[in-house]
Amino acid sequence: MKMTNLLKKSIPIIALVFLSFTAFSQNIAVEGQVTDAESGEPLPGVSIVEKGTQNGTSSDMDGNYQISVPEDATLVFSFVGYQAQEIPVNGRTTLNVQLQQQVQEMEEVVVIGYGQVRKEDATGSVSKVTADDFEEGAITSPEELLSGKASGVQITSGGGAPGSGTTIRIRGGSSMSASNAPLIVIDGVPIDNQGIDGMRNPLNTLNPGDIESFTVLKDASATAIYGSRASNGVIIIETKEGSVDRPMQVSYQGKVSLDTRTNEIDVLGADEYKTLFEDYYADNQNALDLIGDNSTDWQEQIFDPAMSHDHNLSVSGAAGGVPYRASVGYNNSNGILKTSNMERTTASITANPSFLDDRLQMDANVKGLYIENRFANDGAIGAAVAYDPTQPVKMENPGTMDDGTEIDNGYHTWLDNSGDPIPIATTNPLAMLNLEQDRSFVKRSLGNVKFDYDVHGAPGLTATLNMGYDYSESEGYVFVPVQASWEYDEQNGGGVDRDYGQTKRNELLDFYLNYQKDLESLDSRISLMGGYSWQHFWRKGFTHQTNVAKTITDQDTDYKTENYLVSFFGRLNYTFKDKYLLTATLRRDGSSRFAEDQRWGLFPSAALAWQIHKEPFLENVDAINELKLRVGYGVTGQQDITDNDYPYLARYTVSENTARYRFGDQWINTIRPEGYDENIKWEETTTYNAAIDYSLLDNRIYGNLEVYYKETDDMINTVPVPAGTNFTNRILTNVGSMKNQGFEFSVNGVAISQEDFSWEIGLNATYNENEITKLTSANDPTYQGVETGGISGGVGSNIQIHSTGYPRNAFFVYEQVYNESGDPVEGVYVDRNGDGQITNEDKYRYKQAAPTVYGGFSTRLNYKNWDFRFSGRVNIGNYVYNNIESNNNVLNQMYFSAGYLTNVTEGIYNTRFDNTQYMSDYYVRDASFLRMDNISLGYTFKDVMNQQTSVRVYTTVQNAFVITPYEGLDPEIESGIDNNFYPRPTTFVLGVSANF
Amino acid sequence: MNIRYKIASILAMVIMLGFSSCTEDLNTEPLDDDVVTSASVYEDAEGYQQVLGKCYAGLSLTGQQGPAGMPDIQGIDEGFSSYLRTMWTHQELSTDEAVVAWSDPGLPNFNYNNWSASNGWVKAMYNRIFYQITLCNEFIRESSDGKLSERGISGSDADAVRTYRSEVRFLRAFSYWHAIDMFGNIPFVTEEDNVGAFQPPQRSRAEVFDYIESELLDVLENGSLKDPKQNEYGRIDKAAAWMLLTKLYLNAEVYKGEPMYAEAMDYAERVINSAYQLDPNYEELFLADNHTADGIIFPVVFDGNNSQTYGGMNFLIHAAVGGSMSANDFGIDGGWAGIRVTPQLYNTFDDPANDSRAMFHTDGQELEIPDVTEFTNGYAVAKFKNITSEGNAGSVPGFVDTDWPVFRLADAYLMYAEAALRSNTGNLGTARDYVNEVRERAYGNDSENITQGELTLDFLINERARELYWEGHRRTDLIRFNMYAGDDYLWAWKGGVQEGSSIGEYLRVFPIPASDINSNSNLTQNTGY
Repeated sequence: MKMTNLLKKSIPIIALVFLSFTAFSQNIAVEGQVTDAESGEPLPGVSIVEKGTQNGTSSDMDGNYQISVPEDATLVFSFVGYQAQEIPVNGRTTLNVQLQQQVQEMEEVVVIGYGQVRKEDATGSVSKVTADDFEEGAITSPEELLSGKASGVQITSGGGAPGSGTTIRIRGGSSMSASNAPLIVIDGVPIDNQGIDGMRNPLNTLNPGDIESFTVLKDASATAIYGSRASNGVIIIETKEGSVDRPMQVSYQGKVSLDTRTNEIDVLGADEYKTLFEDYYADNQNALDLIGDNSTDWQEQIFDPAMSHDHNLSVSGAAGGVPYRASVGYNNSNGILKTSNMERTTASITANPSFLDDRLQMDANVKGLYIENRFANDGAIGAAVAYDPTQPVKMENPGTMDDGTEIDNGYHTWLDNSGDPIPIATTNPLAMLNLEQDRSFVKRSLGNVKFDYDVHGAPGLTATLNMGYDYSESEGYVFVPVQASWEYDEQNGGGVDRDYGQTKRNELLDFYLNYQKDLESLDSRISLMGGYSWQHFWRKGFTHQTNVAKTITDQDTDYKTENYLVSFFGRLNYTFKDKYLLTATLRRDGSSRFAEDQRWGLFPSAALAWQIHKEPFLENVDAINELKLRVGYGVTGQQDITDNDYPYLARYTVSENTARYRFGDQWINTIRPEGYDENIKWEETTTYNAAIDYSLLDNRIYGNLEVYYKETDDMINTVPVPAGTNFTNRILTNVGSMKNQGFEFSVNGVAISQEDFSWEIGLNATYNENEITKLTSANDPTYQGVETGGISGGVGSNIQIHSTGYPRNAFFVYEQVYNESGDPVEGVYVDRNGDGQITNEDKYRYKQAAPTVYGGFSTRLNYKNWDFRFSGRVNIGNYVYNNIESNNNVLNQMYFSAGYLTNVTEGIYNTRFDNTQYMSDYYVRDASFLRMDNISLGYTFKDVMNQQTSVRVYTTVQNAFVITPYEGLDPEIESGIDNNFYPRPTTFVLGVSANF
Repeated sequence: MNIRYKIASILAMVIMLGFSSCTEDLNTEPLDDDVVTSASVYEDAEGYQQVLGKCYAGLSLTGQQGPAGMPDIQGIDEGFSSYLRTMWTHQELSTDEAVVAWSDPGLPNFNYNNWSASNGWVKAMYNRIFYQITLCNEFIRESSDGKLSERGISGSDADAVRTYRSEVRFLRAFSYWHAIDMFGNIPFVTEEDNVGAFQPPQRSRAEVFDYIESELLDVLENGSLKDPKQNEYGRIDKAAAWMLLTKLYLNAEVYKGEPMYAEAMDYAERVINSAYQLDPNYEELFLADNHTADGIIFPVVFDGNNSQTYGGMNFLIHAAVGGSMSANDFGIDGGWAGIRVTPQLYNTFDDPANDSRAMFHTDGQELEIPDVTEFTNGYAVAKFKNITSEGNAGSVPGFVDTDWPVFRLADAYLMYAEAALRSNTGNLGTARDYVNEVRERAYGNDSENITQGELTLDFLINERARELYWEGHRRTDLIRFNMYAGDDYLWAWKGGVQEGSSIGEYLRVFPIPASDINSNSNLTQNTGY
């Protein structure tokens, strides 16, 4: 049903396209042969175009061509790598041409929204990273390829689990509680930012081997064309295509990798623990009775080095004049936490046929994916830290159920007097990993068909129609058997049997027109684009959870929801004297997520660029190859403000069957009114950007410098509602403002460029300052802010706060007082307001989770057939709250009177805290780091079988080392709270890449 | 040329039609059957009944999914946000009746009476109370006679909704009573106020007292509450309204400085003379099938299968079990080893061996409490169980079936006696007789009956402890008897010291949470905070 909806919408557009079959003139037939001026070899695939029109053809395998043009036409001959020639026909019917090879590099072209532009003509802030620059190694997630390569872009993985999600932030992210994720566009189709159930990282759909380039649009004038979703930047991903210029090529890439653990949390060993314990609990016989006499390193028990392998096979070329590329990939990754695994198979096919003498270009892409995940319960990481080291891995006398099944399959479990597991005790981490099965199966397909039609009779006018889809179906289950201690219920049958599933269907239709014209009389070029976009997101899902015996239903929910986006957009590019460039864009977005009065928004932008190197005073300065000054301004929106697609409606929710109330003999499902704000709308960000792009010394040194200022208004915030006014104590409403400002620089240098030896270095860095400028509707000096950053341990405890005048996610803590030896004094904090008491008023904002400076460095050396490269990243100024320490270095938590013990970390020797002190700034630690992401050495065997075959063999160490003052497992934690973090392994990779 | 224009214009129109149908797509309605809009909720009496259900369930459950999920209150562990659990924490842990072993932030402050305006539990209680009031306001707003006729609801359906409305007005008055009892001067909203984000005014304790009184009197006079024991189980009747009025009047001196003991006696007697009877077996009032016990005037219902929560009775029963107590004896999966009594509470029993109300577990437990975090310090309580009167376990060990008795008939007897003593209007003979009825039920015979001379206020505060301990009345009672603040009466860990110490008068009300002071500039904080 949804597809015919799409087709119905495309009919008017297709109609428009066919409107244009009208051009007719007096023509003659011109033919000839195109050859290479040096060698005399015929050149196939040369483009021959009637100047000023779209009438063209290309030369065949023997260099011959034939074209029908007016007698007075001029023919333009162009071919990749050769200098183009313009030759007037002058009535001749035979015209042979010799083309000279071009020495300079081809002009680089970048993709921008709904179009392309030459890099030198770009007025917005655009960074392009191509396949050559990509990181090497065992990469499962595409965005890791971009890590550290583009200034202003910060990519943080979610941890070491195979296929784990990543967080991408461009220029600090412009939102506080709404999504800070950039818009991702794959082959022209913006995909929805919401995840897919069962798949940690939706970008895993793309095999990294299929990606041609990433283009990052950073400032408003580049992103405003995407309107209400572009406030956090846009990343455009283009996948590889076949080409008529190259003969058929078969490529294979394979790699094998080994992940190893780098680090562990310093907990006490069995002997140290016993000493400390027996001293502290000397008077408590209940406690002393529970100490064991084994010595177990629980962290070592749960981690193991893991092997993974990845294969990618692709074929590209042209079949019958139709360029195509097909690829197939397989990846099987194991994680260092036992039982974690991901297996992925991808396939893709693209075809780019052209019709009507190359006037109608069609691009068709279909990608498919199948993933099977086994998720390890990462609670096991925290459990391993907390588990008593004096207990054995397996019990001598395990508790048993009535039928003799051993509780936790014999792994040590804390039991009470009746031999039943203690429900609130720490759970055995090995049991958590081995007994629990958490698997998911995801199928997804992305595809689009794009038509570019050079309209007949309207020279310079191109019509484009893009139709795309994104369908996924996922399902998964979690199974915990009845003998698991953490879901134990001997009487009614325990265990967990949970099924969930989700189906998503997203569709897109874009139609736009591009018009280019040279206005020679004004020494200008003008280019206009106008279009329309319609996108539909639909999803449904369910979760069903019972106990293993299926006698008790814990959850039986399902949902179905959708939203639509309709937009009109346009762009004007005006170039004067090929030196002065102006771009203006305007987009009008309507979203079904908001009430009718708030539904439509206007997002304008304007940018100017000045190619200074073309000015007379710089034209003869050979050292400066390019110097461009850019300024831009624009407004963008963020409409992913909530995971509810109808936030403005007064809705009521019916309760589940486990939450009913009794009236007489009936159980009534209750109906609850939900809190809402009918005036809710999207957030808006206004950006100002100024930059200089430069390229010096024969393009040996190039890069850019940028300065930006972003202000977000109508920022979504969940604010406490005054009690009694709404059906919730916290409501989501547009109430705040925030600003981000900073500068970026990037510099790339070709230090040495000779035939046998080349050496390139790249560096980029970004400084970003973030500040919340408003959080409430009235300016209330006593309003502290919105507490956030939940931590484990405590009653609704939050360790961070969003406050006016401070950065987002600043830590909100007490200032610890230290004794002479530098150890913290328990419970003693600085009385900042001097009132003689320690209350909430004495907390202060301390540091922040996001780095103030971040950047990357990379270098590449090529010597003959060898290549060596390394790259890394630096983050400075990011802090992390060590929740593992705050939870586990407290003396009175070693023994719980319900009958179990827990371990403590070595931090206890410094603190000797009796009670937990979650809110102390003692636990907020500097987590600045320098990480060597990649060191790689490779050798290429050229001309192995014939001229076109080459095989490259390489070895890489990923995540080679980290230099950081932070003592926890890993300093790179996006949220700033270290708790149950799946550590990133060091990976050794051996790979082979062959092209035939 | 003409033809071209015609073709162009036709195609242009086709395109326009295509585009306009697309913008229509932006008007969406929720697809999910479980999400209803206000238009359909109130179209028949059944919808009203389901919203009524939520008004009651707000006291027991924490969200729309049991045991947790779709929470009502954000920003706090869902099990901690339960009305009953937070109320119990405030009314019992801050007194001689209970101490807790756990150190969840904010919780030990109740053992030591040293909470602050940023205490997470205080905030949870406050939010819960006002969430309940807002829910009730919504129902009352939507069930006016005008709205009913607008929606075409008439006849017996309309009568049913009118009874619902009266019950909801009671529930709102009930929560406002908790609000003034615990917080003093509070923000005030009624059904006249619209839903949105505005700043309600603050009203004094006395003003809200008058409002509650007028509401209850109006509902009894002009509403359609059912007569005692005439309503289906789980819903309240006139007796509940009488009990609430009795409580209000009995505490009027505390709430507004004006003694109203005669009125208290009046309404207590109406309850006593109603169809409710004292159940002969005290223990059965607190078991899994206490919906069959007599003398519970206002129950809050729980059920292991249908009404699950980590707060509420589930908390009360699990938290009380630990040490050498066997979880099976209580019909649960395992105790949480948290709460037990102080020696002072235990000592209010002069004859624990024969008083059937003295349900303590002393094996392995010490009377004194040198270490409040050790469960075996302090006698444990075996009063509430998930076992039926026949000795069978409740339906599910993880979630209990036992209902919470908000108001009990025995309380009315004791309140009458107290009001009689305080008002000096006589009737002391009747008062003594009522008290003896309660004691006879407790002892099983009249051997421990008292004489009129023995009926004193000192006796009564202890009798209330013996009869009603752990039922959420203690803090209000101690304050009324001037035994809460100061050092007239000390109990273990009062003021943070094992022997107990004096605490400030300002602690007789809880602070308005800092979060609400921040969001509502009309509010002034209670003195001392």
